[in-house]
Amino acid sequence: MFYREAGQFKKTYAADMAVFPILQDRIGLGIILFIAAVVIPLTGSTFFISSVMIPFLVFSLAAMGLNIVTGYTGLISLGSAAFMGVGAFACFKLTTSFPNVNILVWILASGFFSAVIGALFAIPSLRIKGFYLAVATLAAQFFLEWCFVRIPWLYNYSASGAIQVPQRTLFGHIITGANATPTTRYLVLLAIVVFMTWIASNILHGRVGRTFMAVRDMDIAAELMGIRLLPAKLTAFALSSFYCGVAGAVMVTLWYTGGEASDLFNIRQSFYILFMVIIGGLGSLLGCFLGSALLNIVPLVLKYGLPSIGIAIASETAEHINHLLVGALIIFILIVEPHGMARLWQITKQKLRTWPFPY
Amino acid sequence: MKEFKTIAPGEELLNVENVTLRFGGVKAITDVSFNIKKGEVRAIIGPNGAGKTSMLNVINGFYHPQEGRITYRGATRSKMRPHVAAAQGIARTFQNVALFKGMTTLDNIMVGRTLKMQKPFFWHVFRHGPAMQEEIEHRKFVEEIIDFLEIEHIRKTPVGKLPYGLQKRVELGRALAMQPELLLLDEPMAGMNLEEKEDMCRFILDTKEQYGTTIALIEHDIGVVMDLSDRVCVLEYGLKIADGTPEEVKANQKVIDAYLGVAH
Repeated sequence: MFYREAGQFKKTYAADMAVFPILQDRIGLGIILFIAAVVIPLTGSTFFISSVMIPFLVFSLAAMGLNIVTGYTGLISLGSAAFMGVGAFACFKLTTSFPNVNILVWILASGFFSAVIGALFAIPSLRIKGFYLAVATLAAQFFLEWCFVRIPWLYNYSASGAIQVPQRTLFGHIITGANATPTTRYLVLLAIVVFMTWIASNILHGRVGRTFMAVRDMDIAAELMGIRLLPAKLTAFALSSFYCGVAGAVMVTLWYTGGEASDLFNIRQSFYILFMVIIGGLGSLLGCFLGSALLNIVPLVLKYGLPSIGIAIASETAEHINHLLVGALIIFILIVEPHGMARLWQITKQKLRTWPFPY
Repeated sequence: MKEFKTIAPGEELLNVENVTLRFGGVKAITDVSFNIKKGEVRAIIGPNGAGKTSMLNVINGFYHPQEGRITYRGATRSKMRPHVAAAQGIARTFQNVALFKGMTTLDNIMVGRTLKMQKPFFWHVFRHGPAMQEEIEHRKFVEEIIDFLEIEHIRKTPVGKLPYGLQKRVELGRALAMQPELLLLDEPMAGMNLEEKEDMCRFILDTKEQYGTTIALIEHDIGVVMDLSDRVCVLEYGLKIADGTPEEVKANQKVIDAYLGVAH
């Protein structure tokens, strides 16, 4: 009833191949973008913006990276946090070495560093699959993490081993460093995330995306269609690492203003991103946002939401309950809907089309 | 890459000479020779385990034979990768459907166009300009195939949800999207009912007529084989036991023995 595409005729193939062929979807997307870009910066409290929205967007971007390789190409990767780290350190080194270049350029450029490193660690993926590939990517995780601690050149020989991005401006506004307001940082981050999502959706809807999915679903048949497996898998890994790298770069530049130790990019973070992708939905861009939203909001509700409605809860208890809940959620989602929350949304959409007369 | 001749109808398109394929001590194919002429329907039949599918795998490069030569369009090769075979115009369907289950019918058939789509990655980033033009151009071609195979209604259905008969049809469509010179069909009618079989036969004959595709067909339904094919090659235990027109093969004592068994 609310979601009917009756009467929306498509006269060209271009209209039929649009990412959002249905008018209601386009309106919905417009409303979401309006809320994100106008309503939240105007009405959201500093706490809401810096502790809810910014982590949510950063992790959405990282989840998108992992989803490209795991959800779309079917290759399990446990090194996403390490690739985020590569992006973060690359961005830090670039902006401290060349302070005059705009920080946005360096944020995007740092993605290329992690793309190269990601592709390098992806070379075994032609021969090994599944668990074995996961272990091979673990090697990347441990090796890169070791580099972040043991190579002082990466953090400019600072005593604490932490990286702190100096103050940088964009059009006269301070966007990084301790003096940047959360709202400015949020808006810059939002612009980056929207742009990167648009690019990802373009790539995944075209020939390249179909190549990835063909490799995921039936690699033998894909090879027979003339798809060369190694280049396809390397592209997927490079693209995925690019997204993770940019996520890492925005993490240190726009989120952690006070500087953060190098163990930020550890294996727990990798698993955290993997959970987001699984809960959100493998092979769905919407799923990245849903998964990231859920995993970022559950701990906050426990930590701040419950006390505010009068249920006192110690912060350690909240932490423990959070672990329990996330674990239970993963098992629940895997049993009930292996395709995650994105699939649940699709089912809802299907139901809404015919509601209230399902026959 | 070697020179490829354009083959006129009726001339030899593919020639398999003395091919032997072993897996360790097991001989899957022993010293088999046969050829496929342009424009014909060439059937390969034989009891289970005779080496028919192995033969197709040799032709499109999944298996590398230990001995023998394969000449395709005038160029001889011994070892090759499947994606090279695809680039040379050899398409294939599988015995147990090998579709991309998570993708729609449309996307599955679009994958078949991959080799014809060569616009650089850069344009795909924006999904505008040349990349979009290319998408639309190939979409038109794919729609023709969808029309040809009468699968318009399932265009946007994920193929994993389709019934078996339709899946086989989509798989044929995906192979046709490659505009192949040589189409290898591995049991296209296995597990179908009579009506679906008749439909499939019609599509195979139409393919031959409309697109001029040469077809190599593996099938167990002898009635279908005898009606469709121009020439039949019979394998048993990896050996070729007969080769010729359907009538000749039907009258061959060795073939009758292989299928019905003999008293020893």
